[in-house]
Amino acid sequence: MARTLINVPPKAKKGEVIAIKTLISHEMETGYRHDNVGKAIPRDIITQFVCTYNGLEIFRADLFPAIAANPFISFFTVATASGTIELKWTGDNGFSQTETANITVE
Amino acid sequence: MTGADGTACDLFPLAAAMPVPMARRKRTMTVAKAGATTSPLPLAGEGQGGGKHAPPSVRKRGREQAEFAATAVPQPLACSLTTFAAILIAMTVSSPTFAAEIPLNERKSGYEFMGPESRAMQDDDSANPASLWVLDGEALWKRKAGTASKSCADCHGEASDSMKGVAARYPAFNASRGRPVNLDQQINICRAERQQATPLPLEGKELLALSAYVARQSRGMPINATIDERTRPFLEAGRTMFYRRQGQLNFACAQCHDDNWKEKLAGSSITQAHPSGYPIYRLEWQNVGSVQRRLRNCITGMRVDNYPFGANELVDLELFLMWRARGMPMEAPAVRP
Amino acid sequence: MTADDANRRQFLIGAASLAGGLITVLPVTDARATPATMQAAIKKVVGSAALRKGKVTLRLPPLVENGNSVAMDVAVESPMTADDYVRAIHVFNEKNPQSNVVSVRLGPPAGQAKLSTRVRLADSQRIMAIAEMNDGSFWSDEVDVIVTIAACLEDPV
Repeated sequence: MARTLINVPPKAKKGEVIAIKTLISHEMETGYRHDNVGKAIPRDIITQFVCTYNGLEIFRADLFPAIAANPFISFFTVATASGTIELKWTGDNGFSQTETANITVE
Repeated sequence: MTGADGTACDLFPLAAAMPVPMARRKRTMTVAKAGATTSPLPLAGEGQGGGKHAPPSVRKRGREQAEFAATAVPQPLACSLTTFAAILIAMTVSSPTFAAEIPLNERKSGYEFMGPESRAMQDDDSANPASLWVLDGEALWKRKAGTASKSCADCHGEASDSMKGVAARYPAFNASRGRPVNLDQQINICRAERQQATPLPLEGKELLALSAYVARQSRGMPINATIDERTRPFLEAGRTMFYRRQGQLNFACAQCHDDNWKEKLAGSSITQAHPSGYPIYRLEWQNVGSVQRRLRNCITGMRVDNYPFGANELVDLELFLMWRARGMPMEAPAVRP
Repeated sequence: MTADDANRRQFLIGAASLAGGLITVLPVTDARATPATMQAAIKKVVGSAALRKGKVTLRLPPLVENGNSVAMDVAVESPMTADDYVRAIHVFNEKNPQSNVVSVRLGPPAGQAKLSTRVRLADSQRIMAIAEMNDGSFWSDEVDVIVTIAACLEDPV
């Protein structure tokens, strides 16, 4: 389980555009590096990040080795209704992690 | 990355050392040695200095070396060498009055040398990758460990209360060891003596997480390592190391960090080397690391025989650097390039 | 300083000149993106449609302190309504080992077509961000960045 840090405003007004900031601990090994005896270090990255809001997909990102380690992704969504924002990261070697945050929309 | 003459070069400039003839080097080494032993180092003096480095004959050496380098070196190395030579000239020529310690009110944190994007990364806890380590540290703080089955919290309670100001006081004297220890060592001492747990590996993720969490509790507080008759000898050992020319390049830390902190080295700003942000998330490492890791990087760059993690020399140097940064606010965990 | 040290210095200087430096992030066999592969990757996304400049603002620091982690913002002007919205944002590079950086899918629920992340840049190069609109049009912006490396690298692991 990788450590994550998610920043979702706990409260918002209906129709307000809110920022969601996410950080996840992951080395994002590019697959282009070599160790000190010249052997290639295999790729191990997060390849996809998906955010759903009350079940509706609002943001999807395909990540490549060019994304820096400990990926930081920040994006926006319209606060529509109270509920759950779900964030899912998947990647190489079966990496999969889901986190949720609740939001109250008035 | 481009060299001083504008050509593109991929080589890390300091790696391609200059083929300086041995005769010249020997002469320089003798002069430097004499310079270092003649004047006793000032005790706790502010604004005193002088006589510690760049004696006049070194200036000549710098120019000779630069000419030699510019003409006698194969093309791919030339740009990095002329950059390097230019810096060397600047270092030897720019200090006719043997520039001394940085005046206290002219001290700047490494934060001020970074670009706005890196600063923004540090300023926003939800964007600072080091926050992930702080969160891990918070979990470790509460986790029971060792045969005593105790957590840090069991003795120290809430870190936000008990650890306030602690990181700002380290390295601190440890009576049973008879010498100062740094925060990482103290954490391991607690683990061994109080929790009866095995010490955490130095520079390992867990120790860095705890260190980040504890240091975070001192954010904003002035650096305040205690210098008294017990710690003074170690402060002096650290100070000696900071001002001593050493290694293949015959550099002293002070030449960059006291004398040339307004300049750049290989395109990066030379900072004043105040350890106010440790442990840091260093973009170069894509990881959190301790001040010892950073010192080892510098020592490698200076082409000096390195010290292992946990070495007394590194703790002495850290004590000196924290004393040198006394009063500056703690920023841990900082972001640095 | 002893004679031994002096000899060792000379040897190491010679060895270092041969070795050419420390291990870097870049591959030994140098299979890298080029402007041509970047164009090919862009073509895959854009196809035969026109690629227009505008609507997109790509922000990267002009002088990058460390290529390992570079803050990048992409913003696209769009009301993000059901009739007029940004469908996707793609970012490409010129000199990393691979041409793609990130591809993002959005829709009207986003409210704003804006993205912030951190990227790796292997060298000074051109970065391009392309926005795909719901009407099938493509808009772009590009930035030239200069990438420096840290002055004091560690020993290889």
